[in-house]
Amino acid sequence: MGKYILKRVIQFIPVFLGVTLILFALENIVPGDPIKLMAGEKKLDAQTELNLRVTYHLVETDDAGNVVYDESGNPVETPLWKRYVMYVGGLVQGDLGTSYQRKGQAVSDILLSKYPYTIKLAVVAIILETIVGIGAGMISAIKRYSFWDVLVTLVTSILVAMPAFWLGMLLQLFFGVVLKNATGGGFYLPVSADFSPYAEFQGWVYYILPAVTLAAVSTAYTARIMRSQLLEVMNQDYIRTARAKGLSRRSVIWHHALKNALIPVVTYIGNDFGAMMAGAILTETVFNWPGVGNETYRAISQRDWPIVLGSVTVIVVLVMVINLIVDVSYAFLDPRIRFDNSGKEN
Amino acid sequence: MSEETKNDLEQANDELTAPASPKATKPAEARTLWRDAWKRLKKNKLAMVAIVWIIFIVLVALTADLWAPQWLGDPTAADSTTMTANSRLAPSLEHPFGTDTLGRDVLCRVIYGARVSLAVGLLATAISTAIGLVMGAVAAYYGGIWDTIVMRLADIFMAFPYTLFVIAMIAVLGNGIQNVFIAIGLLGWPSIARVFRSAILSVKESDYVDAARAMGASDLRIIARHIFPNSVASIVVYATMSIGGAILTESSLSFLGMGVVPPDPSWGNLISDGQTYLATQPWLMIMPGLAILSTVLAFTLLGDGLRDALDVKMKDA
Repeated sequence: MGKYILKRVIQFIPVFLGVTLILFALENIVPGDPIKLMAGEKKLDAQTELNLRVTYHLVETDDAGNVVYDESGNPVETPLWKRYVMYVGGLVQGDLGTSYQRKGQAVSDILLSKYPYTIKLAVVAIILETIVGIGAGMISAIKRYSFWDVLVTLVTSILVAMPAFWLGMLLQLFFGVVLKNATGGGFYLPVSADFSPYAEFQGWVYYILPAVTLAAVSTAYTARIMRSQLLEVMNQDYIRTARAKGLSRRSVIWHHALKNALIPVVTYIGNDFGAMMAGAILTETVFNWPGVGNETYRAISQRDWPIVLGSVTVIVVLVMVINLIVDVSYAFLDPRIRFDNSGKEN
Repeated sequence: MSEETKNDLEQANDELTAPASPKATKPAEARTLWRDAWKRLKKNKLAMVAIVWIIFIVLVALTADLWAPQWLGDPTAADSTTMTANSRLAPSLEHPFGTDTLGRDVLCRVIYGARVSLAVGLLATAISTAIGLVMGAVAAYYGGIWDTIVMRLADIFMAFPYTLFVIAMIAVLGNGIQNVFIAIGLLGWPSIARVFRSAILSVKESDYVDAARAMGASDLRIIARHIFPNSVASIVVYATMSIGGAILTESSLSFLGMGVVPPDPSWGNLISDGQTYLATQPWLMIMPGLAILSTVLAFTLLGDGLRDALDVKMKDA
């Protein structure tokens, strides 16, 4: 077991370095000088510009923090490899650099103020996904070829074929506009987040539509995986044995089949938590949610690279760590993985 | 299912007994993988509906220049004289999907948007399939260190949440349709590479590959002539399914304003335009959304149908 975990952690290191290298490369092939981009229309005087270059580690400094000059008197640019080392070093210490547009603010501080909203939304969505997805998948498998099975198959096919942001807008249209008009303003759901103290609704009401939107695609996949897993498990010998012993179908499903069918489903849901963080960019844009996704979108349109790459880096690292945890806990649940000598999935 | 099997059996029997029948003077039609698959696919009603829809969309997109502007007007016009009069009209006979803020016909813009979506779906998938095939072939055929390098690289690419990675890449490359091709194409290869790799691994040790090698065939020839035809079914299925995914990704990018640049229409930026008028003119965002939904659904159903017809084993979802 310990050996397996160690192996997974060691495998994680090159992936982590590769991912950060790609992100760093992306940041550095962005056309245009970041300092000029930051200044925009304004003309910076030489000293301010130099100070900014020091802040963003674009020029070399000695141990005392003084700028290093070459023979012709120009500041020496920091070589790329050194900036990469500093970037990874900072990353490990939780330092993601400084925003270009929100001057002087650390990217980590900005993201920290946004993350609670994104994480809370993702947690609500995961709960929805788990309950609805597993439930629908079970009904679908147990009552195979029934009306409910066809309905689940149909709905899941449609959900995975539509853009989630469009689903969000349809929900806004139905619950925010059509329902409001139909009930004469009596009942409707908020279509845009508002967490100010003077907001119209209690806080949690704002979660309903964005969480449904965020969970939709994953719920569809969860239901599908649950269905096919349960059907597969139900075909196995030990289920037949249990039935032959005289156990009822219900008891066999609950006590024997479900547990084994759930393993891949739980893995999927676990891995999905990270995907939700990433998917939040569209959902948060549609619902004006004050989370990381919306901030990333703002940063992209304003070319605020440290925020874009900071949030992407955090999400990617988060996804990788969550996947690692899921894989390791999976090995706890299923001894077959632990004892597989090749150590490879699939 | 059982009925299908029975039919197949009967067919097989017919063909076995064929020499006795008078028709046998002509050589029996060759039973190839593709002809068999087509026979099975034809029985799948959903897949056939999907094929018809895809052909329809492709024809509409290809021939749009010949009839759409004459009937519905210029899709990218910004005519200030008629703008106010035609702005955001409700759907009618003259404008089946209504008009947008600048008085342009929404149906016409959806039709031209189909060009973008199909082009992205097909081209991006072609790019990622090509890269995936090469990577998968290198990993599986040469094995050892090459396998490790390629598969670790695939791990790195798959560690990124896909949409986010595409967004980050477009943020760097800049907006525009060609960058959408590149970003989606470059990032989609790992799954195809994995499929091709495992397909090669499963046939690499077989006797006919050994025989080909003994006869002096080169690596490239073995891969192209002996291994590729044996795994092409699973690749076709994967590629068909990823077309739908690419169309969805493009719509997300254009929705965020990172894909196709207005005034050129794409299904994603049409939805984004319609978002402002959600409460008053909902058809502005409903219609392009339906176009995305129906087309992506068609590619998924076709992929499902092909998977069953070609009898490709795949992991779920």
